[in-house]
Amino acid sequence: MRISAKYIPLLATALVLLSLYAVGCISFTGFGSLRVVVDLFGDNSFLGIAAVGATFVILSGGIDLSVGSVIAFTSILIASLVGHGFSPFAAIGFALLAGTLFGVLMGFLISVFEMPPFLVTLAGMFLARGLGFMVNPQSLAITHPFFLERVANGLSIPLNDRVSIPFTATCYVIVFIIALVVAHYTRFGRAIYAMGGDQHSAALMGLPVGRTKIMIYTLSGFCSALAGVVYTFYTQSGDPAVCVGLELQAIAAVVIGGTLLSGGVGFMAGTAMGVLILGMIQNLINFKGDINSWWTPIIVGFLILVFILLQNAIVAASKRFGGRLSKTA
Amino acid sequence: MSSAVTTTGSSSSGRFQKKEIRWWSSLMWPVAGLALLLLFNLIFTQGFFHVEVRDGRLYGVLIDILNHGSKVMLLALGMTLVIATGGVDLSVGAIMAIAGAVAAQLINKPGVSFPTVIAVSLAVAVAAGSWNGSLVGLLKIQPIVATLILMVAGRGIAQLITDGQIITFTDARLTYIGNGSLGGLPFPVLLSLGMLGVAALLTRKTAIGLFVESVGDNQTASTYAGIRAGRVKFLVYAFSGLCAGLAGLVAASNIKCADSNHAGLFLELDAILAVVIGGTSLTGGRFYLAGAIVGALFIQALTTTMYMRNVSADVAPVPKALAILIVCVLQSPVARGKIAAVFRRRTVQ
Repeated sequence: MRISAKYIPLLATALVLLSLYAVGCISFTGFGSLRVVVDLFGDNSFLGIAAVGATFVILSGGIDLSVGSVIAFTSILIASLVGHGFSPFAAIGFALLAGTLFGVLMGFLISVFEMPPFLVTLAGMFLARGLGFMVNPQSLAITHPFFLERVANGLSIPLNDRVSIPFTATCYVIVFIIALVVAHYTRFGRAIYAMGGDQHSAALMGLPVGRTKIMIYTLSGFCSALAGVVYTFYTQSGDPAVCVGLELQAIAAVVIGGTLLSGGVGFMAGTAMGVLILGMIQNLINFKGDINSWWTPIIVGFLILVFILLQNAIVAASKRFGGRLSKTA
Repeated sequence: MSSAVTTTGSSSSGRFQKKEIRWWSSLMWPVAGLALLLLFNLIFTQGFFHVEVRDGRLYGVLIDILNHGSKVMLLALGMTLVIATGGVDLSVGAIMAIAGAVAAQLINKPGVSFPTVIAVSLAVAVAAGSWNGSLVGLLKIQPIVATLILMVAGRGIAQLITDGQIITFTDARLTYIGNGSLGGLPFPVLLSLGMLGVAALLTRKTAIGLFVESVGDNQTASTYAGIRAGRVKFLVYAFSGLCAGLAGLVAASNIKCADSNHAGLFLELDAILAVVIGGTSLTGGRFYLAGAIVGALFIQALTTTMYMRNVSADVAPVPKALAILIVCVLQSPVARGKIAAVFRRRTVQ
């Protein structure tokens, strides 16, 4: 059976995920239980949603380093607004709007002034982090019944008498499905792939490169803000100091998911598997108990290396065999 | 590729003149920014310019800026050359943590001489830089990704070395690196200036600087010209590792301990910003070591200004980010073109 080269990284990601799951199930009782699997989605929901935004940005050949800060900013903004007596819906709506506008601003600078995305989002990362501390310098618990009762219990979907799907996991799955459709079945999605493949060609084909660029960072800002909302669902609090370095985890998930960091090649589904792989590594270390926490970054770093080398080999092979295994196929 | 051909084709004297002008115009912005910031402090912040001699060493806010800015200055030197090749090194903060961890572990071991401690920690830092260099130069992996690996894994490695502990030390020679002073000036400042001298000599008095610029400007063209681009890239990342190692020693020595989690955290961002403020383009091809030093001082002066004006350390990133965005927007070719167009229209009228 012949498999197109663009699916090889995706298959490798699936293989890693399944092997990790198999190793976990063989080594520890209860690793494969329904509760652990459901929690895997719930615990990694905000990372997953942030990684969805990061996937769009990276597919277009850009990068967004402001993700973690925007999550922290959104979470403290919601906690603070709810604490001041706003309704949860108004607070969430306002926070989503703020995050989206933040993305618009960054996209505008990147697109109009042709500044490197890396630099603009780096400044954005500082800005959002500081703004979060300006809203409220300490973490703030949310005591509104909407968060404590409705989201925590009312909106979770019971599977059997002991396990139920938390609302955060539902949010992630919904966002993922929408992202899947946007990336692969819309004009906007195809424009992103085309830009990531070759920006000049995309412009020559008549694609609105500048507008798409602003839209991509807007979308990423929205995803980060949404991840911040889900974070408040998950922890029932807001904290301006949280999620430091989450953008790197999101990028790691995208890379492990088989997306080329230079853009143009990759799959939304790969990113979801990448997020699950990161979560499962953490689970394995937690189950093992006697492994020190510092092995997590070392293992993640190693996985990034393996996937980059794999992609390099594929790109090199595709060049050797001419256009048959074309990069943007 | 055509631009490279015309550059080599133009007369050498004309090119030299052009370079002189560029050097000034690019250093003008960061120096103007720094001057503006100092002027603001001269008027509004009391005691900012007060410098006094105590126990044979200089004290004052200005000296503090130099002293605290020295880590970013060191990092920015290595980062300048990396960025000049069109790359970026995200791992310098993690390398700082590793170098500090190695030094702290070794200094507490009986029978290990001080020079060995320094040599081994710097060698480990250079090895870490060489790892980045191999990935970028030999395996041709994009720099952001290649150095991301060590940025993620590096802190884990540093914790592995210190066994997850914060290792303290009291050795007078090691604490001198971050806290001592020589001829009135803090030792880290002299160390940074020394490294600036070394880097400037190596790049401006030998062909290395030209190689770095040509690789960053047009790798294909420079390969045809006989330059081994991979080797040049390997060298700049190794040098960046060395600078990060020195900064790591200063950081550990400052607080007399190796803190793997916090040593050099986010300093890679400060270093990159210092380089960009200094006029070096992120796309590579031209670099300004002195500009990077001014950029590092600008960032530190901004930070110190905010501390002195009682801005909380947590909120401090906001004005910092805004200042950096403004500087970068002004430096972007698009904005420069628009400003130039405004002036041209006026002269025509």
